[in-house]
Amino acid sequence: MTGRWRVVARRNIWHLLLIPLCLVWVYPFVWMVSAAFKTPREMLIGGLSLMPNDATLENFRRAWTTAKFGTYTANTITFSIAVVILVLLVASTAGYALARPGLPGKKILVGILIATMFIPHGYTIIPTFVLVNGIGLGNGLLGAALAQAGPALVVPVLLFMGFFSGIPKELEEAARMDGAGYLRTYWRVMLPLAKPVLGTVALMNFIGAWNAFFIPLVFTLGNPDLRTLGVGMYGFYGQDTTDWTGLAAAACISVIPVVVVFLFLQRTFVEGIAGAVKS
Amino acid sequence: MTTTVERPLGKVPVAERGPRRPGRFRKHLWSFVFLIPMLLLFGGFTVWPMIASWWYSFFNWDGVGSPTDWVGLANFREVLGADSFWRAFWHSFVFSLAAIFIEMPLALVLAILLNNSWLRFRNLYRLVLFLPVVATTAVIGIVIAILLDPAGGLVNRILLDTGLVDQPVNFLGSTSIALPTLLSIDVWKGFGITLIYWLAALQTVPRDLQEAAAIDGAGFWRALRFVTLPVVMPIAIVILLLVFQRSLNTFDLVRAVTEGGPDYATDVVPTYIYRYAFDPSLQAPRYGFASAAGVVFGLLTLVVTVLQAPLLKRRMGGDR
Repeated sequence: MTGRWRVVARRNIWHLLLIPLCLVWVYPFVWMVSAAFKTPREMLIGGLSLMPNDATLENFRRAWTTAKFGTYTANTITFSIAVVILVLLVASTAGYALARPGLPGKKILVGILIATMFIPHGYTIIPTFVLVNGIGLGNGLLGAALAQAGPALVVPVLLFMGFFSGIPKELEEAARMDGAGYLRTYWRVMLPLAKPVLGTVALMNFIGAWNAFFIPLVFTLGNPDLRTLGVGMYGFYGQDTTDWTGLAAAACISVIPVVVVFLFLQRTFVEGIAGAVKS
Repeated sequence: MTTTVERPLGKVPVAERGPRRPGRFRKHLWSFVFLIPMLLLFGGFTVWPMIASWWYSFFNWDGVGSPTDWVGLANFREVLGADSFWRAFWHSFVFSLAAIFIEMPLALVLAILLNNSWLRFRNLYRLVLFLPVVATTAVIGIVIAILLDPAGGLVNRILLDTGLVDQPVNFLGSTSIALPTLLSIDVWKGFGITLIYWLAALQTVPRDLQEAAAIDGAGFWRALRFVTLPVVMPIAIVILLLVFQRSLNTFDLVRAVTEGGPDYATDVVPTYIYRYAFDPSLQAPRYGFASAAGVVFGLLTLVVTVLQAPLLKRRMGGDR
Protein backbone atom coordinates (compact mmCIF):
# COMPACT_ATOMS: atom_id res chain seq x y z
CA MET A 1 0.00 0.00 0.00
CA THR A 2 2.73 2.45 0.92
CA GLY A 3 4.63 1.44 -2.20
CA ARG A 4 1.66 2.30 -4.33
CA TRP A 5 1.29 5.59 -2.56
CA ARG A 6 4.91 6.36 -3.23
CA VAL A 7 4.41 5.79 -6.96
CA VAL A 8 1.46 8.18 -6.98
CA ALA A 9 3.48 10.77 -5.11
CA ARG A 10 6.44 10.37 -7.42
CA ARG A 11 4.24 10.81 -10.43
CA ASN A 12 2.45 13.85 -9.13
CA ILE A 13 5.59 15.60 -7.98
CA TRP A 14 6.21 16.58 -11.58
CA HIS A 15 3.30 18.99 -11.38
CA LEU A 16 5.37 21.07 -8.95
CA LEU A 17 7.74 21.65 -11.84
CA LEU A 18 5.22 21.85 -14.66
CA ILE A 19 2.67 24.23 -13.15
CA PRO A 20 5.12 27.09 -12.43
CA LEU A 21 6.73 26.55 -15.83
CA CYS A 22 3.36 26.83 -17.56
CA LEU A 23 2.44 29.92 -15.57
CA VAL A 24 5.62 31.64 -16.74
CA TRP A 25 4.87 30.42 -20.26
CA VAL A 26 1.41 31.93 -20.54
CA TYR A 27 2.09 35.02 -18.46
CA PRO A 28 2.77 37.38 -21.39
CA PHE A 29 -0.56 36.36 -22.94
CA VAL A 30 -2.51 36.86 -19.75
CA TRP A 31 -0.83 40.21 -19.20
CA MET A 32 -1.59 41.26 -22.76
CA VAL A 33 -5.30 40.46 -22.45
CA SER A 34 -5.53 42.14 -19.06
CA ALA A 35 -3.77 45.31 -20.23
CA ALA A 36 -6.07 45.53 -23.23
CA PHE A 37 -9.03 46.00 -20.90
CA LYS A 38 -7.37 48.49 -18.55
CA THR A 39 -7.75 52.24 -18.81
CA PRO A 40 -4.55 54.07 -19.77
CA ARG A 41 -4.61 55.66 -16.31
CA GLU A 42 -4.68 52.36 -14.50
CA MET A 43 -1.90 51.11 -16.73
CA LEU A 44 0.30 54.11 -15.85
CA ILE A 45 -0.25 53.78 -12.14
CA GLY A 46 0.82 50.22 -12.55
CA GLY A 47 0.14 47.62 -9.94
CA LEU A 48 0.59 43.95 -10.49
CA SER A 49 -3.10 43.13 -10.51
CA LEU A 50 -4.19 41.25 -13.62
CA MET A 51 -7.86 42.11 -13.09
CA PRO A 52 -8.66 45.55 -14.52
CA ASN A 53 -10.46 47.79 -12.01
CA ASP A 54 -13.03 49.08 -14.45
CA ALA A 55 -12.73 47.10 -17.64
CA THR A 56 -13.13 49.10 -20.83
CA LEU A 57 -13.50 48.27 -24.50
CA GLU A 58 -12.28 51.71 -25.48
CA ASN A 59 -8.78 50.38 -26.27
CA PHE A 60 -10.17 47.95 -28.80
CA ARG A 61 -12.24 50.68 -30.43
CA ARG A 62 -9.15 52.88 -30.72
CA ALA A 63 -7.00 50.09 -32.09
CA TRP A 64 -9.70 48.94 -34.52
CA THR A 65 -10.47 52.33 -36.07
CA THR A 66 -7.85 54.96 -35.23
CA ALA A 67 -4.89 52.64 -35.54
CA LYS A 68 -6.48 50.94 -38.57
CA PHE A 69 -6.39 47.44 -37.14
CA GLY A 70 -9.71 46.74 -38.83
CA THR A 71 -8.02 47.27 -42.19
CA TYR A 72 -4.98 45.29 -41.11
CA THR A 73 -7.18 42.39 -40.04
CA ALA A 74 -8.90 42.34 -43.43
CA ASN A 75 -5.48 42.47 -45.14
CA THR A 76 -4.17 39.64 -43.01
CA ILE A 77 -7.18 37.47 -43.81
CA THR A 78 -6.84 38.17 -47.55
CA PHE A 79 -3.11 37.54 -47.48
CA SER A 80 -3.37 34.33 -45.44
CA ILE A 81 -6.17 32.85 -47.54
CA ALA A 82 -4.34 33.68 -50.76
CA VAL A 83 -1.22 31.95 -49.44
CA VAL A 84 -3.16 28.87 -48.35
CA ILE A 85 -4.98 28.51 -51.69
CA LEU A 86 -1.76 28.98 -53.64
CA VAL A 87 0.15 26.44 -51.58
CA LEU A 88 -2.65 23.85 -51.61
CA LEU A 89 -3.18 24.06 -55.36
CA VAL A 90 0.46 24.15 -56.38
CA ALA A 91 1.76 21.62 -53.86
CA SER A 92 -1.03 19.08 -54.38
CA THR A 93 -0.67 19.06 -58.17
CA ALA A 94 3.11 18.84 -57.95
CA GLY A 95 2.94 16.19 -55.24
CA TYR A 96 0.51 14.16 -57.34
CA ALA A 97 2.72 14.38 -60.42
CA LEU A 98 5.83 13.46 -58.46
CA ALA A 99 4.09 10.42 -57.01
CA ARG A 100 3.58 8.92 -60.50
CA PRO A 101 5.81 5.86 -60.80
CA GLY A 102 8.62 6.19 -63.30
CA LEU A 103 8.38 9.92 -63.82
CA PRO A 104 11.58 10.96 -65.61
CA GLY A 105 13.75 13.38 -63.64
CA LYS A 106 11.84 12.86 -60.44
CA LYS A 107 14.85 12.05 -58.29
CA ILE A 108 16.76 15.10 -59.45
CA LEU A 109 13.81 17.38 -58.87
CA VAL A 110 13.14 16.08 -55.38
CA GLY A 111 16.85 16.37 -54.62
CA ILE A 112 16.90 20.01 -55.70
CA LEU A 113 13.79 20.75 -53.65
CA ILE A 114 15.29 19.28 -50.50
CA ALA A 115 18.64 20.97 -51.07
CA THR A 116 17.00 24.40 -51.15
CA MET A 117 15.15 23.90 -47.88
CA PHE A 118 17.98 25.42 -45.91
CA ILE A 119 18.40 28.62 -47.85
CA PRO A 120 17.91 31.56 -45.51
CA HIS A 121 15.25 34.04 -46.59
CA GLY A 122 17.65 36.91 -46.06
CA TYR A 123 19.58 35.60 -49.04
CA THR A 124 16.68 35.55 -51.50
CA ILE A 125 14.62 38.56 -50.42
CA ILE A 126 16.09 41.19 -52.77
CA PRO A 127 15.59 39.35 -56.10
CA THR A 128 12.17 38.22 -54.89
CA PHE A 129 11.27 41.84 -54.29
CA VAL A 130 12.63 42.84 -57.71
CA LEU A 131 10.75 39.99 -59.42
CA VAL A 132 7.39 40.80 -57.84
CA ASN A 133 7.80 44.44 -58.79
CA GLY A 134 8.87 43.36 -62.26
CA ILE A 135 5.68 41.40 -62.91
CA GLY A 136 3.64 44.37 -61.74
CA LEU A 137 2.49 42.97 -58.42
CA GLY A 138 4.66 45.15 -56.19
CA ASN A 139 2.83 46.94 -53.38
CA GLY A 140 -0.02 44.46 -53.53
CA LEU A 141 -1.17 41.67 -51.33
CA LEU A 142 -1.14 39.14 -54.18
CA GLY A 143 2.53 39.84 -54.83
CA ALA A 144 3.30 39.40 -51.15
CA ALA A 145 1.28 36.17 -51.10
CA LEU A 146 3.28 34.82 -54.06
CA ALA A 147 6.52 35.72 -52.32
CA GLN A 148 5.34 34.03 -49.13
CA ALA A 149 4.01 30.90 -50.85
CA GLY A 150 6.97 30.39 -53.20
CA PRO A 151 9.61 29.39 -50.65
CA ALA A 152 7.05 27.66 -48.40
CA LEU A 153 6.29 24.97 -50.97
CA VAL A 154 8.94 22.36 -50.41
CA VAL A 155 7.57 20.67 -47.30
CA PRO A 156 3.94 20.58 -48.59
CA VAL A 157 5.09 19.11 -51.92
CA LEU A 158 6.97 16.38 -50.07
CA LEU A 159 3.98 15.72 -47.82
CA PHE A 160 1.60 15.35 -50.77
CA MET A 161 4.11 13.25 -52.66
CA GLY A 162 4.48 10.91 -49.71
CA PHE A 163 0.73 10.62 -49.29
CA PHE A 164 -0.11 10.00 -52.95
CA SER A 165 2.71 7.46 -53.28
CA GLY A 166 1.12 5.47 -50.49
CA ILE A 167 -2.25 5.13 -52.19
CA PRO A 168 -2.73 1.65 -53.69
CA LYS A 169 -2.33 1.51 -57.45
CA GLU A 170 -5.56 -0.46 -57.87
CA LEU A 171 -7.62 2.56 -56.94
CA GLU A 172 -6.26 4.59 -59.80
CA GLU A 173 -6.55 1.73 -62.22
CA ALA A 174 -10.18 1.37 -61.23
CA ALA A 175 -10.72 5.06 -61.87
CA ARG A 176 -9.09 4.73 -65.28
CA MET A 177 -11.29 1.73 -66.09
CA ASP A 178 -14.31 3.85 -65.32
CA GLY A 179 -13.09 6.30 -67.91
CA ALA A 180 -11.66 9.00 -65.67
CA GLY A 181 -8.74 10.90 -67.17
CA TYR A 182 -5.70 12.23 -65.36
CA LEU A 183 -7.36 15.46 -64.28
CA ARG A 184 -10.56 13.86 -63.11
CA THR A 185 -8.72 11.14 -61.21
CA TYR A 186 -6.72 13.81 -59.41
CA TRP A 187 -9.67 16.07 -58.65
CA ARG A 188 -12.41 13.55 -57.92
CA VAL A 189 -10.56 10.56 -56.51
CA MET A 190 -7.16 11.51 -55.14
CA LEU A 191 -7.75 14.97 -53.71
CA PRO A 192 -10.74 13.95 -51.55
CA LEU A 193 -8.63 11.10 -50.20
CA ALA A 194 -5.89 13.54 -49.28
CA LYS A 195 -8.06 15.48 -46.83
CA PRO A 196 -5.75 14.93 -43.84
CA VAL A 197 -2.77 16.31 -45.76
CA LEU A 198 -4.84 19.16 -47.16
CA GLY A 199 -5.93 20.08 -43.64
CA THR A 200 -2.44 19.95 -42.21
CA VAL A 201 -0.86 21.93 -45.00
CA ALA A 202 -3.68 24.49 -44.93
CA LEU A 203 -3.38 25.02 -41.19
CA MET A 204 0.42 25.16 -41.13
CA ASN A 205 0.48 27.72 -43.90
CA PHE A 206 -2.41 29.69 -42.48
CA ILE A 207 -0.61 30.11 -39.18
CA GLY A 208 2.64 30.80 -41.00
CA ALA A 209 1.05 33.45 -43.20
CA TRP A 210 -0.90 35.03 -40.34
CA ASN A 211 2.31 35.41 -38.37
CA ALA A 212 4.51 36.32 -41.32
CA PHE A 213 6.50 39.46 -40.84
CA PHE A 214 9.53 39.71 -43.11
CA ILE A 215 7.69 39.32 -46.44
CA PRO A 216 4.65 41.51 -45.61
CA LEU A 217 6.94 44.14 -44.10
CA VAL A 218 9.11 44.39 -47.18
CA PHE A 219 6.18 44.26 -49.59
CA THR A 220 4.06 46.90 -47.86
CA LEU A 221 6.79 49.47 -47.26
CA GLY A 222 5.42 51.58 -50.09
CA ASN A 223 1.77 51.25 -49.10
CA PRO A 224 0.94 51.35 -45.38
CA ASP A 225 -2.74 50.64 -46.11
CA LEU A 226 -1.80 47.10 -47.11
CA ARG A 227 -0.05 46.27 -43.86
CA THR A 228 -0.88 43.02 -42.15
CA LEU A 229 -1.40 42.74 -38.41
CA GLY A 230 2.16 41.86 -37.51
CA VAL A 231 3.56 44.73 -39.55
CA GLY A 232 0.87 47.13 -38.31
CA MET A 233 1.72 46.22 -34.75
CA TYR A 234 5.27 47.20 -35.33
CA GLY A 235 4.32 50.54 -36.89
CA PHE A 236 2.31 51.28 -33.78
CA TYR A 237 5.39 50.91 -31.60
CA GLY A 238 7.52 53.25 -33.65
CA GLN A 239 5.53 56.37 -32.85
CA ASP A 240 6.86 58.89 -30.36
CA THR A 241 4.27 58.56 -27.67
CA THR A 242 3.22 55.00 -27.21
CA ASP A 243 -0.39 54.20 -26.41
CA TRP A 244 0.30 51.16 -24.24
CA THR A 245 -3.25 49.99 -23.70
CA GLY A 246 -4.13 50.52 -27.36
CA LEU A 247 -1.05 48.52 -28.20
CA ALA A 248 -2.17 45.69 -25.93
CA ALA A 249 -5.62 45.71 -27.53
CA ALA A 250 -4.01 45.61 -30.98
CA ALA A 251 -1.84 42.72 -29.82
CA CYS A 252 -4.99 40.84 -28.76
CA ILE A 253 -6.60 41.50 -32.15
CA SER A 254 -3.49 40.07 -33.85
CA VAL A 255 -2.96 37.03 -31.70
CA ILE A 256 -6.36 35.86 -30.47
CA PRO A 257 -7.90 34.82 -33.84
CA VAL A 258 -4.99 32.58 -34.72
CA VAL A 259 -4.84 31.12 -31.22
CA VAL A 260 -8.57 30.32 -31.44
CA VAL A 261 -8.16 28.71 -34.86
CA PHE A 262 -5.29 26.71 -33.48
CA LEU A 263 -7.22 25.60 -30.39
CA PHE A 264 -10.01 24.24 -32.57
CA LEU A 265 -7.72 22.50 -35.01
CA GLN A 266 -4.75 21.72 -32.79
CA ARG A 267 -5.08 18.00 -33.27
CA THR A 268 -4.72 18.30 -37.05
CA PHE A 269 -1.86 20.73 -36.65
CA VAL A 270 0.13 18.74 -34.14
CA GLU A 271 -0.44 15.45 -35.91
CA GLY A 272 0.50 17.05 -39.20
CA ILE A 273 3.80 18.30 -37.86
CA ALA A 274 4.38 14.94 -36.21
CA GLY A 275 3.66 13.16 -39.49
CA ALA A 276 6.02 15.48 -41.35
CA VAL A 277 8.83 14.79 -38.91
CA LYS A 278 8.35 11.05 -38.97
CA SER A 279 8.24 10.63 -42.74
CA MET B 1 16.59 -24.17 -64.09
CA THR B 2 17.34 -20.83 -62.51
CA THR B 3 19.28 -19.55 -65.48
CA THR B 4 16.43 -20.18 -67.89
CA VAL B 5 14.10 -18.21 -65.65
CA GLU B 6 16.55 -15.40 -65.05
CA ARG B 7 17.41 -14.72 -68.63
CA PRO B 8 14.01 -13.69 -69.95
CA LEU B 9 13.38 -11.66 -66.81
CA GLY B 10 16.60 -9.78 -67.27
CA LYS B 11 15.96 -9.35 -70.93
CA VAL B 12 12.43 -8.04 -70.88
CA PRO B 13 13.12 -4.55 -69.55
CA VAL B 14 16.16 -4.17 -71.80
CA ALA B 15 14.17 -5.13 -74.84
CA GLU B 16 11.32 -2.86 -73.92
CA ARG B 17 13.32 0.18 -72.97
CA GLY B 18 14.35 0.94 -76.53
CA PRO B 19 11.01 1.32 -78.29
CA ARG B 20 9.26 2.72 -75.21
CA ARG B 21 11.70 5.52 -74.53
CA PRO B 22 10.02 8.23 -76.65
CA GLY B 23 6.61 7.22 -75.28
CA ARG B 24 7.87 7.60 -71.75
CA PHE B 25 7.64 11.37 -71.86
CA ARG B 26 4.30 11.26 -73.69
CA LYS B 27 2.95 8.94 -71.06
CA HIS B 28 3.85 11.47 -68.38
CA LEU B 29 2.70 14.51 -70.30
CA TRP B 30 -0.02 15.32 -67.79
CA SER B 31 2.38 14.91 -64.91
CA PHE B 32 4.64 17.52 -66.45
CA VAL B 33 1.66 19.84 -66.87
CA PHE B 34 0.88 19.33 -63.19
CA LEU B 35 4.43 20.23 -62.28
CA ILE B 36 4.38 23.55 -64.13
CA PRO B 37 2.82 25.74 -61.39
CA MET B 38 5.25 24.44 -58.81
CA LEU B 39 8.21 24.85 -61.15
CA LEU B 40 7.14 28.42 -61.88
CA LEU B 41 6.81 29.38 -58.22
CA PHE B 42 9.87 27.44 -57.17
CA GLY B 43 11.87 28.77 -60.09
CA GLY B 44 10.74 32.33 -59.54
CA PHE B 45 11.04 32.53 -55.80
CA THR B 46 13.82 30.13 -54.95
CA VAL B 47 16.06 29.26 -57.88
CA TRP B 48 16.07 32.59 -59.63
CA PRO B 49 16.72 34.62 -56.46
CA MET B 50 19.70 32.41 -55.71
CA ILE B 51 21.22 33.16 -59.10
CA ALA B 52 20.13 36.79 -59.26
CA SER B 53 21.64 37.56 -55.86
CA TRP B 54 25.00 36.58 -57.29
CA TRP B 55 24.49 38.81 -60.31
CA TYR B 56 23.35 41.83 -58.26
CA SER B 57 26.23 41.48 -55.88
CA PHE B 58 28.67 42.54 -58.59
CA PHE B 59 27.00 45.92 -58.98
CA ASN B 60 26.75 49.14 -57.12
CA TRP B 61 22.98 49.38 -57.39
CA ASP B 62 20.29 51.31 -55.55
CA GLY B 63 17.42 49.21 -56.87
CA VAL B 64 16.22 51.84 -59.34
CA GLY B 65 16.20 50.66 -62.95
CA SER B 66 18.49 47.79 -63.81
CA PRO B 67 21.98 47.37 -62.42
CA THR B 68 24.65 48.95 -64.64
CA ASP B 69 27.47 50.08 -62.36
CA TRP B 70 29.68 46.98 -62.38
CA VAL B 71 32.05 46.98 -59.43
CA GLY B 72 33.34 43.42 -59.63
CA LEU B 73 34.23 41.96 -56.28
CA ALA B 74 34.20 45.26 -54.40
CA ASN B 75 30.97 44.44 -52.55
CA PHE B 76 32.33 41.09 -51.47
CA ARG B 77 35.55 42.68 -50.32
CA GLU B 78 33.54 45.16 -48.28
CA VAL B 79 31.29 42.47 -46.77
CA LEU B 80 34.16 40.19 -45.87
CA GLY B 81 36.11 43.08 -44.40
CA ALA B 82 33.22 44.50 -42.40
CA ASP B 83 33.34 43.71 -38.71
CA SER B 84 29.65 44.57 -38.52
CA PHE B 85 28.80 41.76 -40.96
CA TRP B 86 30.82 39.18 -39.07
CA ARG B 87 29.25 40.31 -35.86
CA ALA B 88 25.76 39.88 -37.38
CA PHE B 89 26.79 36.49 -38.76
CA TRP B 90 28.09 35.43 -35.36
CA HIS B 91 24.81 36.51 -33.73
CA SER B 92 22.79 34.53 -36.29
CA PHE B 93 24.97 31.57 -35.45
CA VAL B 94 24.53 32.14 -31.70
CA PHE B 95 20.77 31.90 -32.22
CA SER B 96 21.37 28.50 -33.85
CA LEU B 97 23.65 27.40 -31.04
CA ALA B 98 21.08 28.40 -28.41
CA ALA B 99 18.36 26.55 -30.28
CA ILE B 100 20.48 23.43 -30.70
CA PHE B 101 22.21 23.28 -27.32
CA ILE B 102 19.61 24.78 -24.99
CA GLU B 103 16.21 24.47 -26.62
CA MET B 104 16.62 20.98 -28.11
CA PRO B 105 17.82 19.16 -24.96
CA LEU B 106 15.32 20.95 -22.70
CA ALA B 107 12.50 20.15 -25.10
CA LEU B 108 13.63 16.51 -25.18
CA VAL B 109 13.52 16.29 -21.39
CA LEU B 110 10.04 17.75 -21.31
CA ALA B 111 8.90 15.58 -24.20
CA ILE B 112 10.03 12.45 -22.33
CA LEU B 113 8.06 13.65 -19.31
CA LEU B 114 4.97 14.62 -21.30
CA ASN B 115 5.07 11.38 -23.25
CA ASN B 116 4.12 9.38 -20.14
CA SER B 117 0.50 8.33 -20.24
CA TRP B 118 0.29 8.38 -16.41
CA LEU B 119 0.94 12.10 -16.26
CA ARG B 120 -2.29 13.94 -15.65
CA PHE B 121 -3.14 17.09 -17.65
CA ARG B 122 -0.36 16.33 -20.10
CA ASN B 123 -2.41 17.56 -23.04
CA LEU B 124 -3.01 20.84 -21.25
CA TYR B 125 0.71 21.22 -20.57
CA ARG B 126 1.54 20.54 -24.20
CA LEU B 127 -1.00 23.10 -25.30
CA VAL B 128 0.32 25.79 -22.99
CA LEU B 129 3.92 25.16 -24.03
CA PHE B 130 2.88 25.32 -27.67
CA LEU B 131 0.99 28.63 -27.44
CA PRO B 132 3.97 30.95 -28.06
CA VAL B 133 4.64 29.15 -31.36
CA VAL B 134 1.26 30.14 -32.73
CA ALA B 135 1.45 33.75 -31.58
CA THR B 136 2.80 36.38 -33.95
CA THR B 137 6.48 36.99 -33.24
CA ALA B 138 6.31 40.72 -33.85
CA VAL B 139 3.46 41.06 -31.35
CA ILE B 140 5.09 38.88 -28.75
CA GLY B 141 8.30 40.81 -29.18
CA ILE B 142 6.54 44.06 -28.38
CA VAL B 143 4.64 42.67 -25.40
CA ILE B 144 7.83 41.26 -23.94
CA ALA B 145 9.65 44.51 -24.55
CA ILE B 146 7.00 46.26 -22.45
CA LEU B 147 7.29 43.65 -19.69
CA LEU B 148 11.07 44.02 -19.63
CA ASP B 149 11.10 47.82 -19.74
CA PRO B 150 13.59 49.18 -17.17
CA ALA B 151 11.28 52.05 -16.19
CA GLY B 152 8.15 50.50 -14.75
CA GLY B 153 8.29 47.21 -16.65
CA LEU B 154 6.76 44.40 -14.69
CA VAL B 155 9.78 42.13 -14.55
CA ASN B 156 11.98 44.87 -13.15
CA ARG B 157 9.34 45.83 -10.64
CA ILE B 158 9.21 42.28 -9.35
CA LEU B 159 13.00 42.05 -9.26
CA LEU B 160 13.21 45.34 -7.31
CA ASP B 161 10.36 44.50 -4.95
CA THR B 162 11.82 41.15 -4.03
CA GLY B 163 15.22 42.73 -3.54
CA LEU B 164 16.93 40.53 -6.10
CA VAL B 165 18.44 43.61 -7.73
CA ASP B 166 18.85 47.14 -6.36
CA GLN B 167 18.80 48.82 -9.75
CA PRO B 168 16.50 48.16 -12.68
CA VAL B 169 18.06 45.80 -15.22
CA ASN B 170 18.14 47.24 -18.71
CA PHE B 171 17.39 43.94 -20.42
CA LEU B 172 17.19 45.26 -23.95
CA GLY B 173 19.18 48.45 -23.77
CA SER B 174 22.45 47.10 -22.48
CA THR B 175 24.94 45.82 -25.03
CA SER B 176 25.93 42.89 -22.85
CA ILE B 177 22.48 41.71 -21.72
CA ALA B 178 20.41 42.39 -24.84
CA LEU B 179 21.59 39.35 -26.80
CA PRO B 180 21.10 36.80 -23.97
CA THR B 181 17.67 38.33 -23.35
CA LEU B 182 16.69 37.91 -27.01
CA LEU B 183 18.06 34.37 -27.02
CA SER B 184 15.89 33.52 -24.02
CA ILE B 185 12.80 34.95 -25.72
CA ASP B 186 13.65 32.98 -28.85
CA VAL B 187 13.96 29.76 -26.86
CA TRP B 188 10.63 30.48 -25.17
CA LYS B 189 9.01 31.17 -28.52
CA GLY B 190 10.38 28.16 -30.39
CA PHE B 191 10.27 25.67 -27.54
CA GLY B 192 6.78 24.33 -28.33
CA ILE B 193 7.53 23.35 -31.89
CA THR B 194 10.71 21.52 -30.90
CA LEU B 195 8.70 19.78 -28.17
CA ILE B 196 6.19 18.57 -30.79
CA TYR B 197 9.06 17.31 -32.97
CA TRP B 198 10.45 15.31 -30.06
CA LEU B 199 7.04 13.96 -29.09
CA ALA B 200 6.61 12.78 -32.68
CA ALA B 201 10.00 11.13 -32.52
CA LEU B 202 9.16 9.41 -29.22
CA GLN B 203 5.98 8.03 -30.78
CA THR B 204 8.12 5.96 -33.12
CA VAL B 205 9.59 3.94 -30.27
CA PRO B 206 7.77 0.60 -30.49
CA ARG B 207 5.82 -0.16 -27.34
CA ASP B 208 6.77 -3.84 -27.25
CA LEU B 209 10.42 -2.82 -27.31
CA GLN B 210 9.88 -0.71 -24.19
CA GLU B 211 7.94 -3.51 -22.54
CA ALA B 212 10.65 -5.99 -23.38
CA ALA B 213 13.21 -3.68 -21.77
CA ALA B 214 11.03 -3.38 -18.67
CA ILE B 215 10.67 -7.16 -18.42
CA ASP B 216 14.42 -7.55 -18.74
CA GLY B 217 14.68 -5.37 -15.68
CA ALA B 218 15.94 -2.18 -17.33
CA GLY B 219 15.28 0.87 -15.18
CA PHE B 220 14.26 4.25 -16.55
CA TRP B 221 17.80 5.37 -17.40
CA ARG B 222 18.87 2.12 -18.99
CA ALA B 223 15.71 1.97 -21.08
CA LEU B 224 16.33 5.55 -22.16
CA ARG B 225 19.96 4.91 -23.00
CA PHE B 226 19.56 1.58 -24.81
CA VAL B 227 16.05 1.65 -26.23
CA THR B 228 14.56 5.13 -26.59
CA LEU B 229 17.58 7.19 -27.66
CA PRO B 230 18.87 4.77 -30.32
CA VAL B 231 15.43 4.61 -31.92
CA VAL B 232 14.97 8.37 -31.77
CA MET B 233 18.47 9.28 -33.00
CA PRO B 234 17.80 9.25 -36.77
CA ILE B 235 14.82 11.57 -36.33
CA ALA B 236 16.87 13.74 -34.00
CA ILE B 237 19.07 14.65 -36.94
CA VAL B 238 16.05 15.80 -38.92
CA ILE B 239 14.92 17.84 -35.93
CA LEU B 240 18.38 19.33 -35.66
CA LEU B 241 18.20 20.47 -39.28
CA LEU B 242 14.70 21.90 -38.84
CA VAL B 243 15.73 23.80 -35.73
CA PHE B 244 18.89 25.01 -37.40
CA GLN B 245 16.96 26.22 -40.42
CA ARG B 246 14.45 28.09 -38.29
CA SER B 247 17.09 29.79 -36.19
CA LEU B 248 18.97 31.01 -39.26
CA ASN B 249 15.86 32.88 -40.34
CA THR B 250 15.60 34.82 -37.10
CA PHE B 251 14.41 38.25 -38.12
CA ASP B 252 11.00 39.09 -36.70
CA LEU B 253 12.02 38.99 -33.08
CA VAL B 254 15.17 41.06 -33.47
CA ARG B 255 13.46 43.54 -35.74
CA ALA B 256 10.51 44.01 -33.41
CA VAL B 257 12.34 44.11 -30.11
CA THR B 258 15.72 45.76 -30.61
CA GLU B 259 16.08 46.50 -34.35
CA GLY B 260 19.53 44.98 -33.99
CA GLY B 261 20.58 47.44 -31.30
CA PRO B 262 21.80 48.66 -28.92
CA ASP B 263 24.88 49.52 -30.94
CA TYR B 264 24.27 46.48 -33.20
CA ALA B 265 24.72 44.13 -30.25
CA THR B 266 21.82 41.97 -31.41
CA ASP B 267 22.17 42.45 -35.17
CA VAL B 268 21.63 39.27 -37.22
CA VAL B 269 22.29 38.78 -40.93
CA PRO B 270 18.67 39.24 -42.06
CA THR B 271 18.38 42.54 -40.17
CA TYR B 272 21.76 43.51 -41.57
CA ILE B 273 20.54 42.87 -45.12
CA TYR B 274 17.24 44.59 -44.42
CA ARG B 275 19.05 47.67 -43.16
CA TYR B 276 21.08 48.08 -46.33
CA ALA B 277 18.27 47.26 -48.77
CA PHE B 278 14.89 48.22 -47.36
CA ASP B 279 15.17 50.45 -44.30
CA PRO B 280 12.84 53.40 -44.95
CA SER B 281 15.32 55.83 -43.40
CA LEU B 282 17.90 55.01 -46.07
CA GLN B 283 18.94 57.74 -48.50
CA ALA B 284 19.94 55.28 -51.19
CA PRO B 285 19.41 51.53 -50.78
CA ARG B 286 22.48 49.39 -51.45
CA TYR B 287 20.98 46.35 -53.15
CA GLY B 288 24.30 45.23 -54.54
CA PHE B 289 26.06 45.30 -51.21
CA ALA B 290 23.10 43.71 -49.41
CA SER B 291 23.01 40.98 -52.08
CA ALA B 292 26.69 40.29 -51.52
CA ALA B 293 25.98 39.95 -47.80
CA GLY B 294 23.14 37.56 -48.67
CA VAL B 295 25.36 35.50 -50.95
CA VAL B 296 28.09 35.19 -48.32
CA PHE B 297 25.44 34.24 -45.74
CA GLY B 298 23.95 31.65 -48.11
CA LEU B 299 27.37 30.18 -48.85
CA LEU B 300 28.37 29.96 -45.20
CA THR B 301 25.03 28.33 -44.40
CA LEU B 302 25.63 25.87 -47.21
CA VAL B 303 29.02 24.99 -45.74
CA VAL B 304 27.46 24.32 -42.34
CA THR B 305 24.64 22.29 -43.91
CA VAL B 306 27.09 20.26 -46.02
CA LEU B 307 29.07 19.53 -42.87
CA GLN B 308 25.86 18.02 -41.50
CA ALA B 309 25.15 16.04 -44.68
CA PRO B 310 27.04 12.87 -43.69
CA LEU B 311 24.78 12.66 -40.63
CA LEU B 312 21.74 13.10 -42.82
CA LYS B 313 22.91 10.49 -45.28
CA ARG B 314 23.41 8.00 -42.49
CA ARG B 315 19.82 8.51 -41.44
CA MET B 316 18.57 7.95 -44.98
CA GLY B 317 20.73 4.86 -45.32
CA GLY B 318 19.54 3.50 -42.02
CA ASP B 319 15.93 3.95 -42.94
CA ARG B 320 15.78 2.30 -46.31
